[in-house]
Amino acid sequence: MTTPGHFQGYLRPDGRKGIRNVVLVAYLVECAHHVARAIVTRTDDPSVQLIGFPGCYPNSYAFQIMQQLATHPNVGGMVLVSLGCEGFNRQGLADIVAASGRPVETLVIQQAGGTRATIDAGLAAVARVRKAAEKVDMVPMALSDLVVGTICGGSDGTSGITANPAVGVCFDRLIDAGATCIFEETGELIGCEQVMSSRAITPELGDEIEKAVAKAERYYATLGYGSFAPGNADGGLTTQEEKSLGAYSKSGHSPISGLIKPGDIPPGPGLYLMDVVPDGEVRFGFPNITDNAEIVELIASGSHIILFTTGRGSVVGSAISPVIKVCANPDTYDQLADDMDVNAGRILRGDATLDAVGGEIFDLVGKVASGEPSVSEALGHQEFILTYKQFEAVGPACLPTAARR
Amino acid sequence: MVILLHPRDNVVVAAANLAAGSIVDVAGESLCLAQAVPLGHKVARVAIGAGERVLRYGVPIGTMRAAVKPGDHVHSHNLDSDYIPPTRREGPDPTKGSQ
Repeated sequence: MTTPGHFQGYLRPDGRKGIRNVVLVAYLVECAHHVARAIVTRTDDPSVQLIGFPGCYPNSYAFQIMQQLATHPNVGGMVLVSLGCEGFNRQGLADIVAASGRPVETLVIQQAGGTRATIDAGLAAVARVRKAAEKVDMVPMALSDLVVGTICGGSDGTSGITANPAVGVCFDRLIDAGATCIFEETGELIGCEQVMSSRAITPELGDEIEKAVAKAERYYATLGYGSFAPGNADGGLTTQEEKSLGAYSKSGHSPISGLIKPGDIPPGPGLYLMDVVPDGEVRFGFPNITDNAEIVELIASGSHIILFTTGRGSVVGSAISPVIKVCANPDTYDQLADDMDVNAGRILRGDATLDAVGGEIFDLVGKVASGEPSVSEALGHQEFILTYKQFEAVGPACLPTAARR
Repeated sequence: MVILLHPRDNVVVAAANLAAGSIVDVAGESLCLAQAVPLGHKVARVAIGAGERVLRYGVPIGTMRAAVKPGDHVHSHNLDSDYIPPTRREGPDPTKGSQ
């Protein structure tokens, strides 16, 4: 037994520590998806997981996210599956994974003899990479080594009263313990920009936060819609700003230490806002086409664990990092209890306080970090999606603590 | 059975599925629901006129398109965003022009 908040982690050569030791099989274009999936399915090991990028045309954002996932502390090795003619820089990615000290192998379907031969070669490659990945050192790890991300999906009128503020309570406790926490989706924070900027650790960071939300508003206005699904309205939410205020409560009450973009690793502990809305003119469609696109970005920025609040009832998990489900709505919990880790709806029925549920989530973070599977993880949920985007690097005002070093 | 999230709020949130005619207590005053209100939906705590702001968490969440009486359901049929219209299953709202 270990003491709560202290557990064993996988030490990576860059000094970061992981809570899982996943081997990734990545397709580098949709044309290689079937072969990569067959390799993962036939390996039939929950720690061998499928990710990939479907597009044939290269995209620096997608490459950056793939690179950050490949070198994520929860990842121990990788097998790349290429068709052969796509634009993805497979050699560049393989070089980065190898330079990170991880085992990596690349399969090119056009050179390996087609579907059947590549699947066979892939099964052997996965076995070799898995064996090499097992040689990692285990070291003591604490909550202060953790990066925890949060997202809400399928929000309703209860989300902003129960699950979201309960995650906020958990975030405050994690930050007090020295952890790093990330909240996100500036498009779902439209209407909260002033209150958020007042929590920034410097006025300049506050200005950057307000600019990021204004960018999100412009972006969504161009598309004609906010980040607001019909199910949100079924659940009692009427407007974007109402949904935003509920989503915002996930961030708790700690000062905001920085503004990052997908794939940026926070430079130190504390609370960070992730700006997920692309820069420049609207080019590739919706900022995030589904919740898992946001989860992938949180993981690419180093998140070991994702706290996912839901009112309507999402069932997803993720590749690479475990997802903990916090259900806001007691009626939804009754319907989907087998998919939920925490029933925050008890707050509405008078069966628990916000602080008690926040403490329950905090304790669960420690258990999942110690290796206990989250509910979605145990059910085999390993969703993954990555699409096209474009970003410019954040300026020094966005990360005041990094600038001071 | 309803939650008042901030003393300034002019709406409350249903903590359960509530039938039309239900009498609920809000900060010591009783409110009679004019319509059935599902869990998580909003009810007017006071009369709110068209063009008035709706407050939840003590901050504005939109502007009333139509006036409501105390106890009325407040939702998409009478409340608009001050920012961006929501996605609708049936497509863009034809009354909202080309936004």
